Amino acid sequence: MERPVKKDFKRPTHINDYPVGPQYEAGHLAETNASWRSVRPVVDNDKCINCLICYMVCPDGTIMKTDGKISVDYDYCKGCGVCAHECPKDAIAMVKEEL
Amino acid sequence: MTNDTVLKIPRITPKNMTEKEFFYGHKACAGCGGSVAVRLALKVLGERTYTALPAGCMAAVGFIFPQMAFNTNALITTFPGVASMASGIAAGAKALGQKDFKTVCFAGDGGTADIGLQALSGMIDRDDDVLYICYDNEAYMNTGIQKSGLTPYGTLTTTTPAGKNIHGTKTNKKNLFEIIAAHDIKYAATASIGYPQDYINKVNKAKHIKGATFIHVYASCPTGWGTPTNTSIEIAREAVDCGLIFLAEYQNGDYKLNKNPKEFKSVKEYLTKQGRFKHMTDADIEQVIAYRDMKWERMRRNWNS
Repeated sequence: MERPVKKDFKRPTHINDYPVGPQYEAGHLAETNASWRSVRPVVDNDKCINCLICYMVCPDGTIMKTDGKISVDYDYCKGCGVCAHECPKDAIAMVKEEL
Repeated sequence: MTNDTVLKIPRITPKNMTEKEFFYGHKACAGCGGSVAVRLALKVLGERTYTALPAGCMAAVGFIFPQMAFNTNALITTFPGVASMASGIAAGAKALGQKDFKTVCFAGDGGTADIGLQALSGMIDRDDDVLYICYDNEAYMNTGIQKSGLTPYGTLTTTTPAGKNIHGTKTNKKNLFEIIAAHDIKYAATASIGYPQDYINKVNKAKHIKGATFIHVYASCPTGWGTPTNTSIEIAREAVDCGLIFLAEYQNGDYKLNKNPKEFKSVKEYLTKQGRFKHMTDADIEQVIAYRDMKWERMRRNWNS
């Protein structure tokens, strides 16, 4: 996968565990954004024409275009609904998250 | 640049765009327009990019230790000094003998048109090899929606409240694109995230130009504008369609309008959709339309020969 994934992060317990100076490893993700979501996008790949508009306009870059099929990285999707709103074929539905 | 060199630049489309994400897992509000602008630009510019960000939303949401959303070499600069910092990065990388890299700044409208204007002017004057991208959400959104130099007439912000006597912001949007073009910059453009392919093309063009380049991209902000999160892209597109935002380029001393519609869509419809313009009366909207027509008349007369 070309996207960064969540890595384990150990909370610093000693001053020596902190990075030296205000810098840190690029692309280090310690947590997901999945809990932000109240609705989730569900892609209907039969209706999808692979125009990739959703891929371009996703603010979080969570739309994946593997093997000509659209899928969503639910770890980082915030459920804003831009993809469903912009889809010209209405192939993406926003479904309420069940707890 | 002649047409021949334009043709040599490989066109980037979502189909052949890199799968890698360089702005991922950030903490921006759902439906953030600025993050679309940053994400697409970084995907076009690629891995070998130095990114400088002043205080602003994208710096605030991208670097929350230990959550580092930028996958490129990125750093936060002082608020007024993003352009100077980027100049330094470009000079430093050149001194180290590095090749095939690009330096880019992502500043908000306040960080560009108000606070960072002096450093930006110096950067363009020295013609440093930096691409400066201003994502314009028309107020200081990071600090809680205060008026900036690019806030248009009638906008409700926390420092320009709307009441019985004063209906929001009294001033018009600064002509930032013309100010930048007046430096005789190598390449400057305006774009909107509502037209992502156009924006990608402009970033791609700027990437292949050696020297100072500038892109002013219109990016919606659902939190500050009072719009639903799912209409972020639509609202940025409508702003262009109703003529309040224009798509243009400046190169080799020539202005070029990319989109010159014969008829504009309804301004009223665009304004009343947003919470920040809800209070506007018909007279206010008339004034917005009159200003738009004046500006377009001037642009068509001077730019499209």
